[in-house]
Amino acid sequence: MAKRSFKVWRGDANGGEFKAFEVDVDPGMVVLDVLHRIQSRQANDLALRWNCKAGKCGSCSMEINGKPRLACMTRMNIFRDDETITAQPLKTFPVIKDLVTDVSWNYAQNQRIPRFKPRPREADGTHRMYQEDVDRVQEFRKCIECFLCQDVCHVIRDRDAKSEFVGPRFMIRLASLEMHPLDTDDRVPEIRKEFGSGLCNITRCCTEVCPEHINITDNGIIPLKERVVDRYFDPVQSLIRKVRGIKLRTKTRSEASAEGGTGGKP
Amino acid sequence: MLDVSEIQTIDHDVMVVGAGGAGLRAAIECSALGLDTGVISKSLLGKAHTVMAEGGMAAAMGNVDPRDNWKIHFRDTMRGGKFLNVWRMAELHAQQAPDRVRELEEWGAVFDRTKEGLISQRNFGGHRYPRLAHVGDRTGLELIRSLQDHGIHQGIKFHMECSALELLKDPHGDRIAGVLAYWRETGRFVIYRCKVVILCTGGGGKAWPVTSNSWEYTGDGIAMAYDAGAELMDVEFTQFHPTGMVWPLSVRGILVTEGVRGDGGILKNNKGERFMFNYISERFAPETADTVAEADRWIQGDKTARRPPELLTRDEVARAITAEVKAGRGSPHGGVFLDIASRQPADFIKRKLPSMYHQFMELAEVDITKEPMEVGPTLHYFMGGIRVDADSQQTTVPGLFAAGECAAGLHGANRLGGNSLSDLIVFGKLAGDGAAAYIKALGSTPRPIDDQVVAAIRRATDILKREQGANPYLLHEKLEGIMSSRVGIVRNQQDLEHGVEELEALKLEAVEMKAPGASQYNPGWHEALSMRSLLITSEAVTRAALMREESRGAHTRTDHPGESAEWVKYNVIVKRGAGGTMEVEKRAKPEGPARLVAIANAKIEDLESGKVGAD
Repeated sequence: MAKRSFKVWRGDANGGEFKAFEVDVDPGMVVLDVLHRIQSRQANDLALRWNCKAGKCGSCSMEINGKPRLACMTRMNIFRDDETITAQPLKTFPVIKDLVTDVSWNYAQNQRIPRFKPRPREADGTHRMYQEDVDRVQEFRKCIECFLCQDVCHVIRDRDAKSEFVGPRFMIRLASLEMHPLDTDDRVPEIRKEFGSGLCNITRCCTEVCPEHINITDNGIIPLKERVVDRYFDPVQSLIRKVRGIKLRTKTRSEASAEGGTGGKP
Repeated sequence: MLDVSEIQTIDHDVMVVGAGGAGLRAAIECSALGLDTGVISKSLLGKAHTVMAEGGMAAAMGNVDPRDNWKIHFRDTMRGGKFLNVWRMAELHAQQAPDRVRELEEWGAVFDRTKEGLISQRNFGGHRYPRLAHVGDRTGLELIRSLQDHGIHQGIKFHMECSALELLKDPHGDRIAGVLAYWRETGRFVIYRCKVVILCTGGGGKAWPVTSNSWEYTGDGIAMAYDAGAELMDVEFTQFHPTGMVWPLSVRGILVTEGVRGDGGILKNNKGERFMFNYISERFAPETADTVAEADRWIQGDKTARRPPELLTRDEVARAITAEVKAGRGSPHGGVFLDIASRQPADFIKRKLPSMYHQFMELAEVDITKEPMEVGPTLHYFMGGIRVDADSQQTTVPGLFAAGECAAGLHGANRLGGNSLSDLIVFGKLAGDGAAAYIKALGSTPRPIDDQVVAAIRRATDILKREQGANPYLLHEKLEGIMSSRVGIVRNQQDLEHGVEELEALKLEAVEMKAPGASQYNPGWHEALSMRSLLITSEAVTRAALMREESRGAHTRTDHPGESAEWVKYNVIVKRGAGGTMEVEKRAKPEGPARLVAIANAKIEDLESGKVGAD
């Protein structure tokens, strides 16, 4: 057991400051264990979220030594013995108290995304999909909604453009629907005009912090951007569609209903 | 004086308490039936314990082995539960699980596929055939996310980070009339007035120090139902999952999926012996391989070979591991070795068990593709809980329903792996249907009374207002100490009696708990409030364990070894007595219908061929 120094941000929406704690740390501990020890021995009312303690639920997201991390997956032995460790709440979301932030904006984004619309089942009552066709979607569905990607996204964090861009988490949620072999909906106009695919400038910060190692940018966001380009800006694709008589939606559903039309194929 | 009219009040037809698999499935059913449905959850949506389920959900779809059917699943469940299961629940579960799984696919779930493009199914302990629909080793996440993403478009009102404190009753007709809860963020109270409450609150694993359960698992639903006068059943059966992590200490108890063994992993002691061959009980001997060669042929897919003994039911494997450690043949940190590295190629392990690979790499610095894991038993699951009607999931209190882990009956004395996720979706749906039927038949709308609200709020706020008192975290640690030493994996009368005494003393200490700080997002206060649930749940488990004088499934009494032919005919029922003391009753268990008894006792070949139990 060794004594370690911690600085934990304590406060609420009205402000706060770092408070210093000296804690006994056992071998093999993660930062969440140390915070729990502070909570049970020194500061019973220290607010933090956690659930699974195994990197599966995405509750204990915080900024540790300035880096967005899951506290349950951050081992103490990655730090130098004499290093003071700081823990503070995610910067991108409003503080509720101590290490807990208000992440309700994320839940509101999910609500905006048009739901999964499967094709009819086959005659024998099953859906047939092959593993190679679902590998990519399964990668996106590994997301544990820790919102670390949302926290580091420049569009949301630095520009505070929450009204224009749903953020990487929901871009991959959209990708998981658009690339789902059974899904029949078309969300491309909304991806461009409502969910803000154009705002992502591909710095890949989201991919770097993803604890599930989802290749958010290259496998999720870029293919969605390509679908938008194909639909709106690619003259060859546009000509092919014209020749074949394929009509794809370019207006969003809300634009179309404002004009009194259907906006093309549902 | 507290003015109840000033407390926030929200009306719904149905309140679902808990947003894990059972809660979400129940809420989806209620809203689909046109009921105004609210859900409260202690955590954020999508973080409930279901998210940690790894291996899969059991459903006899027969996609991998066409010999499978519901009757064999039913038979496996009864045998795994040592015949203490509620017959009808085991039947409903086995029959309806396949439809519930296919429905998840309709809602967006993406299961691993067979070569033919169907939902793949994997082997698991106690299941005769590959039966678990899965997504790698993160099936719980897939289940909860599919229900969540479907549910948010159904008009369900989600009240997140809101903890239930007490069920409110209408004294006219002794019916449910609401739930009192508090917002974790502000500490403010809220009264949900409703016609039905469906409890989907899980078990109470946090009463033990080594557990796979998260902080939420404090037996809230069990305790609230008990307080409201509902009966509890079979609570002595607490499942110790055989394979939890044992090292480092800070991760002790975290689950290692049974899928490791399903995919070929074997258990070894410190002498390198594959010891499970020494622990094959009579019941399972005819269907279990007795040589390494036969077990290996089974892993290779030889359908004539019998299953390896590592895939015996969880109670049997957990007891075997405990015996090996006790005999001095354990691993350096007090477990045994689970080896898949020498059994499967690295890329197979990474593909089929990705979370396990990362969990061990990142938390224990062990590469499971190269070295064995150290594992030992961890408190994982409550087979018992609130007694419910098999078809409607209604408790003994009108308007109160329960589904999932907090309800008793499906699993009997021991749950098979994979039967939990399917339990959630089968009985979550049935609870929703039951709630709708109850509401349809309801005459007047029940209303809570102010006195009950005032008393409950006072009890809660006293913890904050008190000048000084015991630290709730330290009391919780004390409780864990009692449960682990007195009500552990092997039990005896003396320990259990001491346990009851120690719990009584702890209850007195807990009356004077103090949580420093304000009511705004104060985990110390939340901890103190959950101690009440933990204490009721722990006392119920301990008293029931004392009454059941036999060893069956997950309940092992060293002073009463072996299953007793007498005790299989009884359930242990716990309820609140008239004077407020806990009453424990040995109650005759209804006999199974002849057609189900025939299926449960049939030879496997006769079930496959349809000779027994033809539809």
